Amino acid sequence: MTTNTTTTMTSNMTMTMLDDFMVRAGLAGIGTALAAAPLGCFVVWRRMAYFGDATAHAALLGVALSLAIQGPILPGVLAAALVMALMVQGLSGRGLAEDAILGVLAHAALAIGLVAVSFLSGVRVDLMGYLFGDILAVNIYDLAQIWAGAAAVIALLVWRWQRLLTATLNPDLAQASGISPRAEQLVLTVALALTVAVAIKAVGALLIGALLIIPPAAARPLARTPEAMALITGAIGSGAALAGLGASYRFDTPTGPTIVSVAAAIFCLTAIAGRLRG
Amino acid sequence: MRLITATGLTLQQAGKTVLRDVDMHIDRGEIVTLVGPNGSGKSTLIKGLIGAIKPLRGTVDAMRGLRIGYVPQTLHMDGLLPLTVHRFLCLPYRHAADAMSRVLSEAGVPDLGDAQMRNLSGGQFQRVMLARALLMSPDLLILDEATQGLDQPGAADFYRKIEYVRTHLNCAVLMVSHDLHVVMAASDRVLCLNGHVCCEGRPEVVQDAPEYRALFGTGTQGAFALYRHEHDHEHHHDHDQQHDHDHA
Repeated sequence: MTTNTTTTMTSNMTMTMLDDFMVRAGLAGIGTALAAAPLGCFVVWRRMAYFGDATAHAALLGVALSLAIQGPILPGVLAAALVMALMVQGLSGRGLAEDAILGVLAHAALAIGLVAVSFLSGVRVDLMGYLFGDILAVNIYDLAQIWAGAAAVIALLVWRWQRLLTATLNPDLAQASGISPRAEQLVLTVALALTVAVAIKAVGALLIGALLIIPPAAARPLARTPEAMALITGAIGSGAALAGLGASYRFDTPTGPTIVSVAAAIFCLTAIAGRLRG
Repeated sequence: MRLITATGLTLQQAGKTVLRDVDMHIDRGEIVTLVGPNGSGKSTLIKGLIGAIKPLRGTVDAMRGLRIGYVPQTLHMDGLLPLTVHRFLCLPYRHAADAMSRVLSEAGVPDLGDAQMRNLSGGQFQRVMLARALLMSPDLLILDEATQGLDQPGAADFYRKIEYVRTHLNCAVLMVSHDLHVVMAASDRVLCLNGHVCCEGRPEVVQDAPEYRALFGTGTQGAFALYRHEHDHEHHHDHDQQHDHDHA
């Protein structure tokens, strides 16, 4: 029997490093930021900010339902987020304005989720954990889930990139080139549901919306092309995650909100830089 | 050669029937113009032809492999999406740099490649849209009120570009326009819509049709003269040459 000692040593070192909760938290933050970067750009370009929030709120209902049937969280959250997104898509253009539909569905999902959890006698559910996330409690399996989800979301968006951009620019323009705007909307919906589902434990339902919108908004003044904006967004998101973690450790502040605060500070800086440059 | 044919086409938008029983066709090389009052179904017909609206009844038959260059009525550029002209031309298909400079020159905006889309003036924007449509060497160029927001000389100049493109690419052109006088002079065939096809034919014929008069009155009669007048005073290159020729 032969063993490759170098590999064993490296993997031992890796395992030791991953034993550190700060390293795991940092990697979870970067993974989430990288998945949220290209997706968040589309959320901003297509004015889907409310849509991100609604999906995240529905995810909470998914958590409650998963716990009720004592099933795994991820499929439940994914299903709830998808059903929510499809309902919004199906209902829009039928009388009520889209933002009103989103408002009704988002608040209803959140409220029903909270009510559903209260019925779960016996199980002590820390729903606050899913609202705000607990990035410091991320374990190695959560981490694997986040990075696998991020890889899937990025691969999906890279694959459809040209078509998504054309449909975002103008639905009729896309149609004339043989691209179905509804199909591309579905791609984004699936990517959004997947991102929310893998990130909810670390980042929490309420903060996912912030991570989807603030980094791309901060990247906008610095970018000349869509691709540049997505890359800069990834850098800003990852930077905010790491700096936020460091700051929360040093000043003993809640981690999720600290990360969002750092992102908001970066947004202010780039907005000013954009103004100065004209 | 027949490029596209609509038969008994009935189209709905937002649950309302906008167009009924439209029979129309476009052949290679001709310029067809849709006129009609607001809400008469001009843009709806175009959306039906490109497949953006599924017909309630009737069919649209396009030639196999028909390439459509489409310039939509409005393209809202709010500046959220950073986009240079070059990047815009590469949606949804990427093109070589020399192909892009060629179409930008053809459209009359050779130096705008690196400009941001949202910084373009109305006229520059429409020319970039035209350049994009030209990139795919279309069989059929569709323009939905492409001269909206252009002043009269700008619009006249734009239509001359279209004429040039038609001749060089041997494509058909379908356009919607409110510039009745310019359109009437620049088209081979005019379709007058008002929820259905009221009348159609050569511009002179349509202009005298009672259905057209009922919609637009006789006020546009002097339009031909107006257009010709503009024409005479145009300081465009080819035209100066034509002038010299005329006077020689």
